[in-house]
This record gives sequence, structure tokens and C-alpha cells, in this order.
Amino acid sequence: MSLKIIVLAKQVPDTRNVGPDAMTPEGTVNRSALPAIFNPEDLNALEQALRLKDLFPGTTVHVLTMGPGRAAEVIREAMYRGADGGYLLTDRAFAGADTLATSYALATAIKHVCPDADLIIGGRQAIDGDTAQVGPQVAEKLGLNQITYVEEIKSLSNSPLKGGNSGGLEGSGLFITVKRHIDGGVETVESPLPCVLTVNGSAAPCRPRNVKRVMKFKRCLAPMELPQGQGFGDLPYAAEYEKKPYLKLGQLSCADVDADLQQCGLAGSPTKVKNVENIVFKAKESKVLTGSDEDVNGLIKELLNERLIG
Amino acid sequence: MNNVFVYCEIEGTQVQEVSQELLTKGRKLANTLGVQLEAVAAGSGITGKVESQILPYGVDKLHIFDAEGLAPYTSKPHTAVLVNLFKQEQPQICLMGADVVGRDLGPRVSSALHSGLTADCTALEIGPHDDKKLGKHYDNLLYQIRPAFGGNIVATIVNPENRPQMATVRSGVMKAEVLDPNYPGEVIVEDVAKFVPEAEYVTKVIDRHVEAAKNNLKGASIIVAGGYGVGSKEGFDQLYELAKVLHAEVGASRAAVDAGFADHDLQIGQTGVTVRPKVYIACGISGAIQHVAGMKESGIIISVNSDENAPINQIADYVINGTVEEVVPKLIKYYKQNSK
Repeated sequence: MSLKIIVLAKQVPDTRNVGPDAMTPEGTVNRSALPAIFNPEDLNALEQALRLKDLFPGTTVHVLTMGPGRAAEVIREAMYRGADGGYLLTDRAFAGADTLATSYALATAIKHVCPDADLIIGGRQAIDGDTAQVGPQVAEKLGLNQITYVEEIKSLSNSPLKGGNSGGLEGSGLFITVKRHIDGGVETVESPLPCVLTVNGSAAPCRPRNVKRVMKFKRCLAPMELPQGQGFGDLPYAAEYEKKPYLKLGQLSCADVDADLQQCGLAGSPTKVKNVENIVFKAKESKVLTGSDEDVNGLIKELLNERLIG
Repeated sequence: MNNVFVYCEIEGTQVQEVSQELLTKGRKLANTLGVQLEAVAAGSGITGKVESQILPYGVDKLHIFDAEGLAPYTSKPHTAVLVNLFKQEQPQICLMGADVVGRDLGPRVSSALHSGLTADCTALEIGPHDDKKLGKHYDNLLYQIRPAFGGNIVATIVNPENRPQMATVRSGVMKAEVLDPNYPGEVIVEDVAKFVPEAEYVTKVIDRHVEAAKNNLKGASIIVAGGYGVGSKEGFDQLYELAKVLHAEVGASRAAVDAGFADHDLQIGQTGVTVRPKVYIACGISGAIQHVAGMKESGIIISVNSDENAPINQIADYVINGTVEEVVPKLIKYYKQNSK
């Protein structure tokens, strides 16, 4: 058996390493001060997809990412690690999208580029929003089942385990069994394919880049990344782009996927940001101590006297 | 119609605390809006067992969905329950817990109903909103307030046009308070088959293993929490030792969890547990909003940090300028010496 897999990935500002210059004095986010990275849990998702590709020859793994031209870096990075290719979903009309408008755009693009995908796998959540909403919202828009918080894909089989239900879905006849995280524990569940999985950060880390693949794909470019007014023919290695079509990454606009503008970007977002502020917590008058024996001893005595501890 | 709804999460026949916390909040929002509070409970064998855990929080109407396939929780049947119930009842607000179930279910329901959902809110209020671009004024919107962008800012989100206005809230953020043990709420046992077609039962749960929480951070009166400044997993051993002598629980900041120094269950903050201990000892924690949101209501805050300018020092009652390595052993030593 072979599968068609779409991996949803996002380029995010690295909010884990926020320095003092991350915020402008006006209280907005200074994106240029934050490095753009491959969303960590999307890498865990990619690994799960690549493992299936290892196990089932003929399986294809394509990355779908929405963002500006530079987000194509995510596609190249995934290709260095084993993905077959990818699509950059990019259009000004997508700007300002909340999770619902984002999921609409992604679901519409999936219907367009891979309507017969067996599996759609993404990270559980992106570190710039932490919402965990896009995966389930895409699943609902595609009418597919979902399994969130996935830790490991256990098996694929041609028939459901006893008592399983294909749900009347016109599927591939395949069933996937996964281990997932739940509150206070784990569970193992089975679902018919196609379905959407979102992968938890506790899943296996992604394999590193493969040097040969880096050499092969390092010149991959999406049209958006070309200098303004230039085509692939104007590049220093123009002949290569002629000979090796895989160097041209797929790029999709709103019109390419027949998306309804009313459901995209700001217009398609039910949630609106009313205001954003830097919260200044009411400063308390603190007693400042040193780490000396005397100070620490004094503090402990004070806490004991006030019966706060002991 | 247009009432406030709370989705109650149920493990077996036990209503989860986060749901009771949200019922308490939902009651207050309903009072402000002058509408009723309704609750939804879906599970298996729950009729007769969950009512007394839900109605006392001031629930005017409880919808019970009781069928074999509804427990353990799976995505599609519970989605069908809420989507079809909401199409019928047209709620203006829907709240659910921001745990694994709520974060699996909430987005799915919002996607089906094309309504806005805000995850991990730390405060919910009712207020007006002016859309300057459209020149439109709205009254009585739900302000969904949450730290955003890695906890560096706090955003207020509104859903002006779409209903229900949906929000998830983490366990411990709101406080559960029984309004009246005999609150006269109405109970409706719904016909599940009318809401959930057979084809929705697609996910089969093969094996399930749930353990009681390994820690009691939520109920702890003293917490020793470590941040990135603890430096290593081994560094946390010291914190465990201090916690042991103080009869405290150990917690961690997100940075420490992300760095692999501590387990995910120990995370305190907006995307972890919210705590209100008598004494909070923050060791090597800088104090991003996302962390402070989860512990700022602690009685006494002690910050041990080698950086005098760490943001957490501003809200600390005691600041000890020193490294965790140096100070924590001294705290242990002098506690042992003085407590005898």
C-alpha cells in the first residue's frame, strides 16, 4: 500500500527566545527581532509522515504552508529531511487570517492539490499562537475524522479491528492506529483513512537534514522568492531550472485554489483583536535580600514566625 | 434562546473541575447579560449521576446526552452533539475547558458553525465594542482576554458578528463556587440518535490508560517552581529536596519544560496549571506574562534570581539576588535549623 500524505507546516517567529527588543515601544511585535523557524511540532508531524514513507514505498509526502515568500524555507527544510515537495499558499488576501480563515484556506488548497490525500498531518499547535485549532478546523472543513495529540503511529491495516466502524466513509479501506496523549494518560485509537492527525511535541523528533538532499534541493525556489520582475530564466542557474522542474516549488494564490474571498484573511475571520497591551503587573514593594547565610536565615525565620511555612 | 452554554467534560460519571469552574463563570456572565445558563453533558451511563455535580452552580437547563458511544470521548460524536444542539438553541456564548478534550472539540465545533473561538483565555468579561472601520457599535460582547505571542502581550479578542462566541479556559483559571445546592434547574434527557448519526462513531478507542494526577499543584499551599535558570534536570533535584522539607509541590515554567528540565504536567502558566498557593518560591524564573498569569494570585512570592532585573522581581514580596545553586541549599539548611 502507498499513501498520499500532506504535511501542514508553518513558519513561526521563535517566541521561545524572546529578547528585550521583541516588542516595540508602541507595544507591537517586532518581528524582525525574532528569527523565523520551522514550527517545532510541525517537525514532529513531518517525522511521522516520513516514517510512513519509509515503511510503504510509493508513499508521497508534500508540505503545505501558508505565508509570505520567505515561508518557502519551510518547504525546502522539509525536502532536505525527506519530503517530496510542497506548496506555498500565498496571497495578500490571506493576510490577517485567524485560525478559522486559515483553516478555510488550507482546506481549500488541499481539495485543490490533493483531493485524494489519505492523511493530513500537522503539529498540534504553533508556538506563535498556541491555539491548537487549525488542525481540527481543517478536518471539519474537509469532513474528515481527526486524531489530535498524537504521540506515535502504531500501525496501518486493511481492515478495522473488531468492532471498528468505517463510518460509512468512502475511504481508502485503510485504518490507522495511533497512540495519543490525553489528560493524565494515553489512549490508543483507530480511525479509518482519510483522516487528519495533529502531532504532539512529545512524539519522536524529526530526523536531521540529509546532505545529499540538501545539495539536490538547495536551489529550490517558489516564484514569490524571485527578485521582483524576474523569472526563473533570469537567474544565474537558469538552465538548471529548465532541466530540473522539481527546483520550482509549487505556489498557490487565492484564485489558484478558487477560494471565496469572503472567507479568507481578515474578512473571513470571526475573531477580531479589540486591543493589545503590554501588561504591567502592579509592582509590589519587595524586600530585596542577598544570597548570604544571614539573609536567607533571616527570611526563613520571618516566614516561620508568620506561619507561612512549617 | 441566546443563552450562555457550558460544555461539561465528564470522566466516567465524574464532572471535571474545569467544567464546574466554567459553570461558575458562565453564571456570572449570564447574570450580566440577563440570560439563562445552560449546560451540556455527554457520556455513557451519566443520567442520574451528573445532575448534582452541575445544577448547584446555577444551571437553569441541563441537556444530557447519554449513549454508549459517547464515552470515552471521541471527536465526531461530541462535535455532532454540540453542532446540532447549537443550531437548535442558538447560544450567544459557549465555554469549554482548554484541556485535551476541549481543545479537540472546540475548534471542530467552531469550524462547523463558522464561529470565532479563542483558546486559553485567562479572563472573560462582557462589554461594548466599536468597530471604527465599519462604524458599527456592539453591546454586550464577550471579551476573550489572553496572553499572546509567547506571553509577551495580552490581547482582548471579540467576535462581533458570529455566534456562539466560543472560548476555552484552562483548569484553575476560574474558581468553582456552588451557588445553591438545591438550585432548581431543568434537566432534559435528549434523544442522542436525533443529534448523532450512526456514521459519526468512527474512532474506536482500543486502549485507554488514565492515571490520577501525579502532583497536586492546584491544591498545594506551598510551591517551589523552577525556571530556565535552574540550568538542568539535575538542578531540579535540589528543588525537589526543598519541596520535600517544606511539604511543598514542585512546579516549572514553560522554558524549563521546553528545555527538558521538568515534565509537562508541572508547567505553571497560561498554557499549564494556574495556582494560588500561600507561598510561591520562584527559582530562576524570569517571569514572562504567560507564567505570571498562572501564579500572580499567590499569597507570598519569593523570587530567587541572579538577574536583579528579572520581571518577576516586580511582583515578588521577597527578592533574593543569587543563583539557584547557591540559595536553595541554604533555604533547606536554615529551614531545617529553625523549624525544630
